[in-house]
Amino acid sequence: MKPEPAMKVPLLAIDRLEIEAPGKGGAPLRLIDGVSLQLAPGRVLGLIGESGAGKSTLGLAALGVLRGGQRMTAGEVRLAGQPLGRLDPGAMRRLRGREVAYVAQSAAAAFNPAQRLIDQVIETALACGMSRAGARARAIDLFARLGLPDPARFGGRFPHQASGGQLQRAMTAMAMCARPRLIVFDEPTTALDVTTQIEVLVAVRSAIREEGMAALYISHDLALVAQMADEIMVLRHGRMVEHGPVRQVIDAPKSPYTQALIGARGLVRTPRPSAAPILEVRGLDAAYGEMKVIGDLTLSVPEGGTLAVIGESGSGKSTLGRAICGLLPWSAGSVRFAGRDLAPELRRRTRAELKDIQLIHQLPDLALNPRRSVGAAIGAALARFRGLRGAAAREETARLLRQVDLDPSLAARLPGALSGGQKQRVCIARALAAEPRLIICDEVTSALDPLVAEGVLKLLSRLQAETGASYLFITHDFGAVASIADEVAVMKQGGLVASGALADVFDAPPDPYTAALLEAVPQLSPGWLDEIAARRSLPDTARKDHAV
Amino acid sequence: MGRLILRRGGTGGLLVLASTLLLFLAGEMMPGDFASKLLGASATPETVEALRLSRGLDASPAARYLAWLGGLLHGDLGLSLTNGREIGALIASRLGNTLLLAGLAAAVAVPLALALGTLAAVFRDSWIDRAVLVLTMVTVATPEFFFAYVAIAVLAVELNWLPSISIPRPGMSVWEVLQVLVLPVLTLVVTSTAHVARMTRASIVAAMEQDYVGTAMLKGLPRGRIVLRHILPNVAAPVSAVVVMTLADIVVGLIIVETIFAYPGMGQLMVDSVAKRDITVVQACGLIFAATYIFLNMAADMLAIAFNPRLRSAR
Amino acid sequence: MSLHDITAPPLRAPGFARLPVLAAAAFCLACLAAAVAAPVLAPHDPADLVALPWQPPGDGFLLGTDQLGRDMLSRIIWGARVSIGLSAAITALAFAFGVPAGLAAAVLGGWADQAMSRTVDLFMALPPLILALLALSVTGTSLVTLTLVAAFLAALRVFRLSRALGVDLATRDFVDIARLRGEGTLRIAACEILPNAAGPLIAEAGLRFVFAFLFVASLSFLGLGVQPPMADWGGMVRENAGALNYGGIAPLVPAAAIALLAISVNLLGDRAAGGRTGR
Repeated sequence: MKPEPAMKVPLLAIDRLEIEAPGKGGAPLRLIDGVSLQLAPGRVLGLIGESGAGKSTLGLAALGVLRGGQRMTAGEVRLAGQPLGRLDPGAMRRLRGREVAYVAQSAAAAFNPAQRLIDQVIETALACGMSRAGARARAIDLFARLGLPDPARFGGRFPHQASGGQLQRAMTAMAMCARPRLIVFDEPTTALDVTTQIEVLVAVRSAIREEGMAALYISHDLALVAQMADEIMVLRHGRMVEHGPVRQVIDAPKSPYTQALIGARGLVRTPRPSAAPILEVRGLDAAYGEMKVIGDLTLSVPEGGTLAVIGESGSGKSTLGRAICGLLPWSAGSVRFAGRDLAPELRRRTRAELKDIQLIHQLPDLALNPRRSVGAAIGAALARFRGLRGAAAREETARLLRQVDLDPSLAARLPGALSGGQKQRVCIARALAAEPRLIICDEVTSALDPLVAEGVLKLLSRLQAETGASYLFITHDFGAVASIADEVAVMKQGGLVASGALADVFDAPPDPYTAALLEAVPQLSPGWLDEIAARRSLPDTARKDHAV
Repeated sequence: MGRLILRRGGTGGLLVLASTLLLFLAGEMMPGDFASKLLGASATPETVEALRLSRGLDASPAARYLAWLGGLLHGDLGLSLTNGREIGALIASRLGNTLLLAGLAAAVAVPLALALGTLAAVFRDSWIDRAVLVLTMVTVATPEFFFAYVAIAVLAVELNWLPSISIPRPGMSVWEVLQVLVLPVLTLVVTSTAHVARMTRASIVAAMEQDYVGTAMLKGLPRGRIVLRHILPNVAAPVSAVVVMTLADIVVGLIIVETIFAYPGMGQLMVDSVAKRDITVVQACGLIFAATYIFLNMAADMLAIAFNPRLRSAR
Repeated sequence: MSLHDITAPPLRAPGFARLPVLAAAAFCLACLAAAVAAPVLAPHDPADLVALPWQPPGDGFLLGTDQLGRDMLSRIIWGARVSIGLSAAITALAFAFGVPAGLAAAVLGGWADQAMSRTVDLFMALPPLILALLALSVTGTSLVTLTLVAAFLAALRVFRLSRALGVDLATRDFVDIARLRGEGTLRIAACEILPNAAGPLIAEAGLRFVFAFLFVASLSFLGLGVQPPMADWGGMVRENAGALNYGGIAPLVPAAAIALLAISVNLLGDRAAGGRTGR
């Protein structure tokens, strides 16, 4: 860790800040409620919280900016000693870019599609009076240090010619170009795959350290923040819950909320004895039109247990789920379910087969018809698969809602009136209504906040014990896998790269890709990122030397 | 990009061809044939037959379609059904009038609409925006003749500043011709501006809400630079398309405005011919209007393609 | 992402002023009442010559008299029946054909979708007025032709919207869930897709009504629509056009009625759409 710098004038000082937005019924909604913080030059403060905690609002306030409709009602934001709330627009503008810069979650949307990257990266530096040649040289140097390919020419690309990870690094270069003293990182790696994320993290952290910049690092992932920051502030509902040095917050959290956040990562499942497979996929090929997505895939799901299929975006894992349940007919291979071959096409499957295999989607918002009540959604499955109607269906719906820990009175509501976690529970209840033998869970926890996701994972484990259903659990999140899977299968570009019992694959990854994936899962332990950075520094330097 | 533009051009050509077929088929559906219509009830069967042969009416429909098409390519638009005159000559005297009217209207409407739309977008939610919103909401839903008659009642009859019918005559000075044209141009401008102003505003507002405009602000760039470098380049495509579509709107609006002011143009000719059921003239006028409309919409799409940075830098 | 300086007051989203909306609703209701109860409401027979031509408003004739000396108010009331009835019929026809065809194209896909969509593209590439003029010159002026052509033109747009809504909704996860329940295409279209498409379709109905209404008015004004002695608003503008030269305002009365109704329906449509999107 860095030595504590002398703290005379904090670079950023936020004092009892309150920010409001117009609420639904006209009453204002308080997004930030009395938060104070101070950030010394060169320090990194991690802001953590679930969606709606106000962390992005706070991050933007550090730049003297609010989102549409919001209003600062009390408190003060001082940047480099200047009170942002009392500056004229010109003075405020001059602080931005020179003193403080911003890196957004979606760099792809943050770049102007009509301009080359280099022109956008050096724009602020030029406005600060740097020469064009000097700014270009600085940008190219930053590109190299951030590990971008062919740094001298990378800037000549248009945004759509670069990948997501590259754009995220280019945006970091854009923020750093004019040498600001503070950078606000707003979930800069959330949209990236884990292996890309780790590369960006390593590059960004070494660049921050070399430049000696201070940073506000905003994330919903406690482990990431623990690796990037010197201090952590936990936010919830716009209030500060806990604030302290990283190790203190992680090792001895004071508030119950922080304790729960840290505990959510520790769920571990006791493995079950292996059972005969209920689903066997052999030599499966599947394609969307001309584009082949899955090639020669073989795997099986144990009866009463869980197979986790792990892969990054584009690995074909969701396509596998769609193929098995019949939404995307496969072109070659076979799928055996409970000893019988399944037809590739949905039309040719029996009602019993449809009933036995249920699908739960990633985004409950899209999986529930917004015009149908919760009761109607579950009732449709009850009527179709179990012939239940009227009072019997209502009773069963209430039982199912209780089974997923929801109040039966929610049956009358439309999905719009429910929270994200509640909606996902409704989707689970709808799947259970069919009394299926296999449930395909397609990234069911990816869109949920950590604590909500933990609740859903616990629920799924409990339901498996109660109903004996088997799960095909599709995910990109190794953390979730450990808490629910008996066996795992790792997919890459439509094929299988590793499979086996959970413990076997995790403890001794049989191939380099699985090892890289596992390594990239953020850990709370101190120095985890440093170790990776050290392991990777060699190829990084080599790349840099090559480019220069 | 070049391929996309060529493809759009090909589609445009096909559409014009398809509309010639449609126009020809419409003619085929008319009861009776050209010869008996032209000569009237008093003609003897022999004279009708002679005319049929001389005009090639005994050929199959396919052959007649090809012959008509061939004639069109050579600029031969055929004969009017009601008076037997050359349609080419009939149109020639009016085409210039129509182009003059459309050109003047476009020259006023396009800059006006762009200015109104841009003002409304830049000063979003201010009183300017509200005023433009109300103005466009009223004009977009109002028929041409309402404006025209209000304008006539006030400017021509009440104040006696301008003539209420707009017939330019040979020997009029440029000043007099312009005076004659003020009311029809005004009507066209009022009724075609609203749509463009609204679409311009929407395009600019959409561009302003892009994340990269927020980024530009967070980068500390001055407002002028944000507008010039980050908003306008991304608005060029939709707005240029909108401008061309206005022209297409004006072309169609002409038909009614010319009738209101008894202006001797193509639109009035077409309406008269429909009333007289002079199908050959309707076909010729319809083709010219349709082809212009198709061409302008095609040009709008091509501009949108040409200005799209993703497509522009692809190759 | 719209951002503003921390010092600047936040933008106030403009609310719709209540008064114009109420006025628009009142005018629409009045027109509707006139259309339904014309025989009861009209003070005179619309065909009776009750006074001298082009009498100014007032004095027993609230809106004056027309070019033959008939009561303008009574003719406006009876004209509402023709103009609004015709437009409503056109809109209903357009939806009766456009919505099922559009949803079918979206759900069926493949060559059926291609064939329907390309045909619609062809007709939408032509100016609507030209198509109508062509059809009218073939059949001669006829209310049936006019209604069918206007309905066809409106149905093209309804088709496009329904298809787009259908394509978007058909890929939603909840439609997948319904398919996995083994439900048929018709049931999915009726239970899962249509309820979610209803909002945009209702807004579209307002637009199509205004389109049909102005279209019929314009053609009647050109003398190619509703023919005398039947009275519709567009035709009344045409009949009375001559009054302007004598300083009368007779043609402005029906013209204003047309403009007011079109503006009112648009205003209410905007209001409804804005309310839904939470503007």
